[in-house]
Amino acid sequence: MAETAPLLEARDLRVTLRNGLEIVRGVTFTAEAGKVLGIVGESGSGKSITMRAVMGLSPPGAVISGSIKLRGEELVRAPERRMRALRGSKIGMIFQDPMTALNPVITVGKLIAEAVRLHNPGMSASTARQRAVELLDLVAVPQPEIRVNQYVHEFSGGMRQRAMIAMAVANNPEVLIADEPTTALDVTVQAQILDVLKSLQDRFSMGLVLITHDLGIVAGAADDVIVMYAGKIMESGSVRDIFYRTRHPYTRGLLSCLPTIAGEQSRLEPIPGSPPLLSARPEGCPFHPRCPMARDACRTEEPVLRPVDNVLTACHFAEDLRDGGAGRVTAEAERA
Amino acid sequence: MTQYLFRRLISIPLLLLGVATVAFFLSHFTQADPLSALVSERQMNNPEVVAAAKQRWGLDRSLPEQYLIYIQNLVSGDMGVSFRTRRPVLTDIAERLPATLELVIFAMLFGTISGVALGVLASRFQNRLLDYFARLVALFGSTVPVFWSGLLLLYLFTVKFSWIPGPGRLDPRADPPPFMTGLLTIDSLAAGQFDTFLNALHHLVLPSFVLGWSVTGIIARLVRASMLDALGQDYILAARAKGAGEARTLFRHALPNAMIPTLTIIGYSFAYLITGAVLTEAVFGWPGIGSYAVDSARTLDYPAIIGVSLIGASAFLLANLITDIAYAYANPRIRLE
Repeated sequence: MAETAPLLEARDLRVTLRNGLEIVRGVTFTAEAGKVLGIVGESGSGKSITMRAVMGLSPPGAVISGSIKLRGEELVRAPERRMRALRGSKIGMIFQDPMTALNPVITVGKLIAEAVRLHNPGMSASTARQRAVELLDLVAVPQPEIRVNQYVHEFSGGMRQRAMIAMAVANNPEVLIADEPTTALDVTVQAQILDVLKSLQDRFSMGLVLITHDLGIVAGAADDVIVMYAGKIMESGSVRDIFYRTRHPYTRGLLSCLPTIAGEQSRLEPIPGSPPLLSARPEGCPFHPRCPMARDACRTEEPVLRPVDNVLTACHFAEDLRDGGAGRVTAEAERA
Repeated sequence: MTQYLFRRLISIPLLLLGVATVAFFLSHFTQADPLSALVSERQMNNPEVVAAAKQRWGLDRSLPEQYLIYIQNLVSGDMGVSFRTRRPVLTDIAERLPATLELVIFAMLFGTISGVALGVLASRFQNRLLDYFARLVALFGSTVPVFWSGLLLLYLFTVKFSWIPGPGRLDPRADPPPFMTGLLTIDSLAAGQFDTFLNALHHLVLPSFVLGWSVTGIIARLVRASMLDALGQDYILAARAKGAGEARTLFRHALPNAMIPTLTIIGYSFAYLITGAVLTEAVFGWPGIGSYAVDSARTLDYPAIIGVSLIGASAFLLANLITDIAYAYANPRIRLE
């Protein structure tokens, strides 16, 4: 069973915060070994909370329902002891801002060595330190023997994120969850970090879950994409289908926010308005107040995810998007 | 860092000079006449006695002259002679400072350990019963006046149950250890007088508890707040994400960060208690620097007042310096600058 079961599989995952707000509303996805799953959405769309639920690190008081399976093992009601054993060994996670995600008063080497030793209790401190040097070397931090003894404030932004990655992959996890790993970085550094992630993923054939609000990154790095909005999946499919043959006006809106290098001198079209407040989610389709295609049905009836052509989409009028105006071809999509 | 420390060390004598100056002029600008402490009331009408006393204590000189002489003496390590005890101020202080130091050290040990423990517990169980309990204890500590809690506990444990010995640092029957540091617990241990050590410790329990409790309150509140701040940081999530357990997350990842702001308060409290233990010393008949300061102020004993001010100021400066060093040690971001 273990071999045939998908690497990471979520079914109808729901997260309700202590204050009663349902912030993730029935999310289903599968992440496969050796592949990159991109999760795209604006702030507050629930993408980070979804992944924190996978890690068993939901905010205190949150109620999780549905199912999350790692190689067939149910995680949703797994005991904390089991989750602790999985975290950092089978599932690794890296965070958006490496400045705040690396403890400022502990040397980077000790932080990485800690990750190693937590799952190898018998290992000596010096072996773990040696392993930390190797890991820093693996993520291409120059002079790792010197760097292990330094603190996070002595690292540049890109180096910090490399150290963070080294910490997360210390025990060769099967799944690596990267929560906006490049958002806090310069554009040039972003590409390097993505390269590091991709090469690690190839090397250890990890499943990589890449959370981002940047479609360009998804286009360049992901195999499959999930587009989230207001705690729900709006559309999912392969990167190629989502970029070229989107069947959801929200995805299309996101795509027209992307600049192109293709030479068309067209204006970027922002999506009007902003995502709904969790506490004041509109009735019907959560996107309808901002949707250019919204009709009466959209205001009353919430669409369910259904297959249309090659993608799964949650739009009543997905078929209308078949011709013309679908996702513009971006330079990144070309590359993908 | 060394350069910074060097600059700090140089500034200390200058600051002390400033303190001496302010203390000197403030005490001389009071309306009261120190002669009343030097000359008995009957002799006040005898001009010869008064003149002799004035000359003897230098009160016939002009104020600037007195000031210069005082500062000159001070630089050579002479704080003058107390009007009241007729002994060198330095001798008086040397005799009483260790008593206060010992009390304050024990009070700070108790206050810091209990304060940090309460603060951590309160943050871990935020808005739960344990948190409210810890906050109540802390609130009592920082609001209940020492003369009330001290007297109450003294009444309970000494008078009612006779668990705790009466006033002073040692029983009259106990054998005082030979003077080394002036701290009875250390001196008695060094001299191998274990009974005396226990007796001194027994005497310390109640006053250091009462004095330390106020510190418990301050530290617990600060630790709670800084722990809550630290626990909300991403590095805590990152620690959990790599499989760290609850205790490790709290004590290895959150507490060291929460202790950085707390160190400042610990240093400040220590310095403050050196001269601020007056009430506790009064309640427990503790022969320390606080009661000396009060007696000196009451009799307008200039040399003693200035002497105590200088000791208090030195305590502050030293505590600040040590705090800064500890701060740099705890916070690598400061260490290298």
